[in-house]
Amino acid sequence: MNVAIIKYNAGNIYSVYYALKRLGVDPTITANKKLLQKADKIIFPGQGEATMTMHYLKMHNLDELIKKLNQPFLGICIGMQLMCRFSEEGNVNCLNIFNIPVLKFQQKKHEDKIPHIGWNTITNLKGDLYKNIKEKAFVYFVHSYYIPISEHTIATTQYINNFSSSLQIKNFYATQFHPEKSGEIGEKILNNFLSL
Amino acid sequence: MLAKRIIPCLDIKDNKIVKGVNFINFRDAGDAVELGIQYCKEGADELVYLDITASYEKRKTFTDLVTQIAANINIPFTVGGGIYELKDVDRLLNAGADKISINSAALRSPYLIEEIAKNFGNQVCVVAIDAKLETNKKWLCYLNGGRIPTNQPLFKWAIEAENRGAGEILFTSITHDGAQNGYANEALSILAKSLHIPIIASGGAGTPEHFKDVFVSGQSDAALAASVFHFRKINIKNLKKFLWKEGISIRNK
Repeated sequence: MNVAIIKYNAGNIYSVYYALKRLGVDPTITANKKLLQKADKIIFPGQGEATMTMHYLKMHNLDELIKKLNQPFLGICIGMQLMCRFSEEGNVNCLNIFNIPVLKFQQKKHEDKIPHIGWNTITNLKGDLYKNIKEKAFVYFVHSYYIPISEHTIATTQYINNFSSSLQIKNFYATQFHPEKSGEIGEKILNNFLSL
Repeated sequence: MLAKRIIPCLDIKDNKIVKGVNFINFRDAGDAVELGIQYCKEGADELVYLDITASYEKRKTFTDLVTQIAANINIPFTVGGGIYELKDVDRLLNAGADKISINSAALRSPYLIEEIAKNFGNQVCVVAIDAKLETNKKWLCYLNGGRIPTNQPLFKWAIEAENRGAGEILFTSITHDGAQNGYANEALSILAKSLHIPIIASGGAGTPEHFKDVFVSGQSDAALAASVFHFRKINIKNLKKFLWKEGISIRNK
């Protein structure tokens, strides 16, 4: 299987690369448009800041390319946030694959620490990405901005408020958590994506 | 619900694990990866690898080790030691580390925290603080692995580190470290009330009850320990079962 990881100015790209290697896949890390278009599966990973990463995607014309892809596509963390309409992080317009805004967590009580760092549960799991994943499975999160619940939500997590820990529309899938860092559960989710 | 984290810490010196782990036959850096994998299987939520190698030349081998860890471990890990400037952070993150921790370098050059946060994000930057309860009942920070005292008060420095962009605080009580009599819960709960970022407690773990106490009375988000895990005094799987029964929010695999 030909899996491409989109190379751009976000951190943690190699974590995804290694996770796929452990699953027996030999992914290509690339920003080459032809390679991306002919890949069987595409992963859009990363940690980073919305304005900087969005600027980079535009400069390299990756924004238009991504929106037109037809193969199974998985955005992770900042990748997921960039797939939304708009982000409060730097008030930047994003790819608008999901017509939902990305909002900053608002602390309600002292214990509500931001960023949301650590292992939390996913519930209301829907679709093939969560095949054989139990409700309330623990996955690893690191983020300060969140995506509200919408019609595209396929997993929900509670932290300060309920938010979308996963989204899907057509071939576009996304997770706020890091499956590549979520132990055996994360490996199952990545395997489910590879089987789509 | 967000789970409390259990974090084994592996100290690496000249490419070997130190803190007496030799008796279980983990001797070299390759074994640092093996031990990490074993902790993952037992249910560790994160790992910390600290490079306590003094010499500059050996740093390259630690970077190679980080690459090996990243290739083999499916949970987040933090690396620390020998980080003085942005390019050290860049090197370790590129090798596959999820977070880096800075200690003495941050105390000496606090702007380093801002630079790391600005370039790589707050979540990457763990500020480690070693502090000791002095005879005058004040907590003061120490440099160089607890060897050099400073006049910097613990609570003041922790707040400054948060304001400068630290994503987490890793607080080690020199007073409690090694004694296995429990964590510095009083100081930790003051930190929890003063800060708005997660706190990792370190120093003093001896029994499963100590972990419960650090989460309940210490109000910590994560508990780090080394010897009790390396010497097999506490098994992480059993520890998590105990904490679960005690009503602590813990990740079950």
